Amino acid sequence: MAFNRPSSALLRIGCGSGFSGDRLDAPGPVVEALIAAGGPAALMLEVLGERTLALAQRERLHRPEAGFEPALLDLLRPILARCAAHGIPIVTNGGAANPRGAAQAVLGLARELGLPELRVGVVEGDDIRGTDALADLDPWEGDAGAVLEPEKVVAANVYLGAAPIAEALRRGAQVVITGRCSDPALALGPMLAHFGWAEDDWDRLAAGTMAGHLLECGAQVTGGYFADPGVKDVPGMATLGFPIAEIGADGGVLITKPEDTGGRVDRQTVTEQLLYELHDPAAYLTPDVVLDITGVAITEEAPDRVRLTGARGGSRPERLKATVSLPGGWLGEGEISYAGPNARARAELAGRTLLERLKLLGLEGQARLDLIGVVSVFDGDAGALREADAGQPADLRLRLAFASESRAAAERAAREVLSLYCCGPAGGGGVRTRVTDRIRTLSFLVPRERLAPRVTLLSLEDAA
Amino acid sequence: MSAVPLQSTSRSVPLHRLAHARAGDKGNRLNLSLIAHRAEDWPLLAREVTEARVLALFAHRGATAVRRYELPALGAFNFVIEDVLQGGVNGALNLDGHGKSLSFLLLGMTVEAG
Repeated sequence: MAFNRPSSALLRIGCGSGFSGDRLDAPGPVVEALIAAGGPAALMLEVLGERTLALAQRERLHRPEAGFEPALLDLLRPILARCAAHGIPIVTNGGAANPRGAAQAVLGLARELGLPELRVGVVEGDDIRGTDALADLDPWEGDAGAVLEPEKVVAANVYLGAAPIAEALRRGAQVVITGRCSDPALALGPMLAHFGWAEDDWDRLAAGTMAGHLLECGAQVTGGYFADPGVKDVPGMATLGFPIAEIGADGGVLITKPEDTGGRVDRQTVTEQLLYELHDPAAYLTPDVVLDITGVAITEEAPDRVRLTGARGGSRPERLKATVSLPGGWLGEGEISYAGPNARARAELAGRTLLERLKLLGLEGQARLDLIGVVSVFDGDAGALREADAGQPADLRLRLAFASESRAAAERAAREVLSLYCCGPAGGGGVRTRVTDRIRTLSFLVPRERLAPRVTLLSLEDAA
Repeated sequence: MSAVPLQSTSRSVPLHRLAHARAGDKGNRLNLSLIAHRAEDWPLLAREVTEARVLALFAHRGATAVRRYELPALGAFNFVIEDVLQGGVNGALNLDGHGKSLSFLLLGMTVEAG
């Protein structure tokens, strides 16, 4: 099952994580299903959000060895030895702002698990801070007119494609760690290495990218983020099976999930995910290919087995998308509950009082009020009132949000919600406040030739 | 007041009865898929859920433009709505800065079926 020479055998790609907050025990059943199936296989773990990378970059300023996805080792610990023993490479963008640091941590885990020969591939070159690429950016259409001040940049990363991942796999990497790359590339990389598709074989690259797009959000294609009771029911929400794609050498794509898991794979779940975060369905831009799904047909071949045909590809774009993160000011938030007789009037009075206080204090920023509620303070811990809420008095939660360039102003606004305890309407309770450091992200386009992706293989011998 | 019920060949139904949807975000731009439960309802959705009606539905949130992409083979549409996320996930004061819940704002729209 080596990835160092092309093969036409069916390739299975499982996805064990669809975002940075996903279920940590999700990869296990996927890995066991890949092992039971027995053929060539790879596992992808998508854990990197737009905002995650900027936060990771900030953390690295304080701790140079940090800056990668903190949950990466928790995800890998239960499965790393099983994958290594069965020749299933793991591909993840959990390197975030520090792919090399993540690789060292994974090698540390390998030592702990008795896998001293584990080979980890590191993909770098997405981080363009301090390079001349940063001076050669054009605003992406959605951010037209944006002006970049390089000295303020917290993070600047280009979406790399599948080629460096494929190179790492061909060179024998058992775990491939990237920073920013397109999410579908985590699946397309193993396909390129396994099938040896040419880099201008647009229709196959399109099919592989479509498969990667369906996999990239984990359970969102197998019944997660789908249930609507009585309309679209999903069995086994607590044990959702994460997806597996079966890819043919000709670009055939079938989506399924491990047996004996919750969830469902059918035309409806697949269609929702196919269109997720899409703009023009005839031109889904990725670093590897422009995908056109307007001719795609979806066939339910068997329970929980859905085939997709008809993806078409156009030449890859000459310019790649870069996400630039900048300081985004501060957000102060506070919430307080009012319940029982006249709750609505007391909550609204609290809201008016807060806005008047912000004005009196002269705080610079933008405020918003929300009135939230079915039950927030009257219920017992068992939740009995919620079952009998008809006819119960109102139980409302007032929320203030206040955005400001000034941290002090955001903190002061949140404190004003706390002050309602003694100065606000009668019966307020359950105050919570929070102040968040915000990141603003802008998108730019950078010419492909400005970039130099690098692949390095590391093992414990190198680390010694 | 007439004692005779008004005769009508059409009836108003919530979109939620006819279709399902999912929201996704990119910056301050939102996409909403809209997928017919039954393929034969696609033409009805095409007639009723127009760019203008969707723009009006999101006007209170500052939406400036709506583009509807048609996917008849999938029984679906993709709506791309500009400037509706109040600054996007990193700028919004809204609890749901991604706009992930907005698929159900669309599904709350009433359409004339029949």
